[in-house]
Amino acid sequence: MIAPAATRPAPQASYLRIEGVAKRFAPGVPAAVDGVSLDIAAGEFFALLGPSGCGKTTLLRMLAGFETPDEGRILIDGVDMAGVPPYRRPVNMMFQSYALFPHMTAAANVGFGLKQDGVPAAEREARVAAMLDLVKLARLAGRKPHQLSGGERQRVALARALAQEPKLVLLDEPLAALDRKLREETRFELVRIQQRVGITFLMVTHDQEEAMSMASRIAVMAQGRIVQLGTPQEIYETPANRFVADFIGGVNLFEGRVLRAQGGLLEVECAEAGTTLFVEHGALPAGSAVAVAVRPEKLVLAPPAGAVNRLQGRVRGAAYRGEASTYEVELAGGKLLRVTLVNAARRAPPYGAGEAVALAFAPAAAVVLAP
Amino acid sequence: MTARLSPFLAIMMVVGYAFLYGPIASLVIYSFNASRLVTVWAGFSTHWYVELLHNEAIQGAALTSLEIAVTAASGALLLGTLAGYALQRYRRFRGRALFGALATAPLVMPEVITGLSLLLLFVALEQAVGWPRGRGVPTIAIAHTTLGTAYVAVVVEARLAAFDRSLEEAALDLGARPLKVFLVITLPLIAPALAAGWLLAFTLSLDDLVIASFTSGPSSTTLPMVIFSSVRLGVSPQINALATLFLVAVAVLVTVAGRLMGGAAARRKPGDPGMSG
Repeated sequence: MIAPAATRPAPQASYLRIEGVAKRFAPGVPAAVDGVSLDIAAGEFFALLGPSGCGKTTLLRMLAGFETPDEGRILIDGVDMAGVPPYRRPVNMMFQSYALFPHMTAAANVGFGLKQDGVPAAEREARVAAMLDLVKLARLAGRKPHQLSGGERQRVALARALAQEPKLVLLDEPLAALDRKLREETRFELVRIQQRVGITFLMVTHDQEEAMSMASRIAVMAQGRIVQLGTPQEIYETPANRFVADFIGGVNLFEGRVLRAQGGLLEVECAEAGTTLFVEHGALPAGSAVAVAVRPEKLVLAPPAGAVNRLQGRVRGAAYRGEASTYEVELAGGKLLRVTLVNAARRAPPYGAGEAVALAFAPAAAVVLAP
Repeated sequence: MTARLSPFLAIMMVVGYAFLYGPIASLVIYSFNASRLVTVWAGFSTHWYVELLHNEAIQGAALTSLEIAVTAASGALLLGTLAGYALQRYRRFRGRALFGALATAPLVMPEVITGLSLLLLFVALEQAVGWPRGRGVPTIAIAHTTLGTAYVAVVVEARLAAFDRSLEEAALDLGARPLKVFLVITLPLIAPALAAGWLLAFTLSLDDLVIASFTSGPSSTTLPMVIFSSVRLGVSPQINALATLFLVAVAVLVTVAGRLMGGAAARRKPGDPGMSG
């Protein structure tokens, strides 16, 4: 497994440190969280990304103090959190359901934490007003949660989590309850607010697009473990294994065997592709089984004659998505590929079903994965 | 939706309601009868209600009933809330299934058996420890508490089952201690269910005859007992008037209890502002 954190400059001040944390809900079942270690720097926007049931929410709940780890330690700002109850942790959480108190106004919700801290009323009001301003809800301060729209409730929940000026905010699927359009707008809004307040954000999400567009670093989780840690670009362009390649965006995989390594290029014999593939990669012993992964948008349709990694196929179907179209192309051997083409011109998609096409990809566009 | 009822269904509905509420309606109507004879209509009068005001036996019984009902409902609220909370919040403890079954069994237990067993218990206790000395208001209140506890437990458990636990977690997360969380978050949110449970227990106690008859003593005649015994001597329109007042009180209480339970459910599901009507 690659460890990009080691190859990058270590974060200057590790604010949150998770050391070998494990959690098992019942004996005999697989651990929900299985030996996770992470270092998150102050001011970072970090995402835990994984399919449902991968343990990311359990990990988040352990950070908030709602679950107790069976093994390992959690240190926040150097302090071991073992035995520290949720109400004494310097952490605030934004719940997936928002968990707004239905019998209190938006302002009272935001001010709840400050009241527990014993902040005097005058100062509290000023802070609440500032927070509601930050999320652009000042005019709705007196409304109860059921009088607010989904997006407004989401912003009240965010303001409430920020009001006590915690050092770390945990966000559990913060955008999942919003509709698609609002979700996309809110992404930018959240990042902007995070940068403005400078608080460390740790977000849990199952939406890879959300994680990539918002977080500065992502940990991909599967079955209770971190399978890859890195920047969005590292995770997308150099996935560590098949799971990550498949989970983050679409991918075409060619199974093959290394013929030889030469000048930074790997020559892979691939029956499925019907040709020998050339991929930029460090040397591997001849005969090792590998998978060559190519993202749908890195395949070129109708390449110039003489291009390397040239494949022949037939269009099986096309899905027009507005900004781009996705084609399903069947190779001679029956292998199905997905190809994404940006619809740069205002005309019908250039390829129809049944049409024979050639496609190719550059040696630098593909990644070699263990089979 | 305005689906038109077929004539057959409409007739069946009228007949059905007449069967259910006809006797009650006639009872209410005859409470305003000027005649002393229950079966002969002699014009409208509120005479029997005025008479009722001067009947000290009935007023005494009403006060006794009220005292018992308030005591029993309050006791049932306390015990039933604890039982409902334990059943809903502690999903796994030894004997949970048995505890749940036992806590709610009085709902379906024949009242005669509940009453008889409590009477035997009180007699045995008096012989063993000298308390309760004789039977009266305290023993009826205790007996009614056992019945009301089951109802309160069911209502509270149902309300807590629909309660979003993340609200309590959010309050903890924001720095409130567990007791504070219970007082400022949990309690206000389940208050309608508590009020409904109290009203149900109050109503049950108010109209119970069987258990009260078993556990009452010479000085503790409740309102239903007065009605029942006076009917055996011949029905006076005064009893009609009393029953009508009783009916109104129970109907109001049950309606309020229903509103409290239903209203809380409606408020938890905030309507989409875009959907009107």
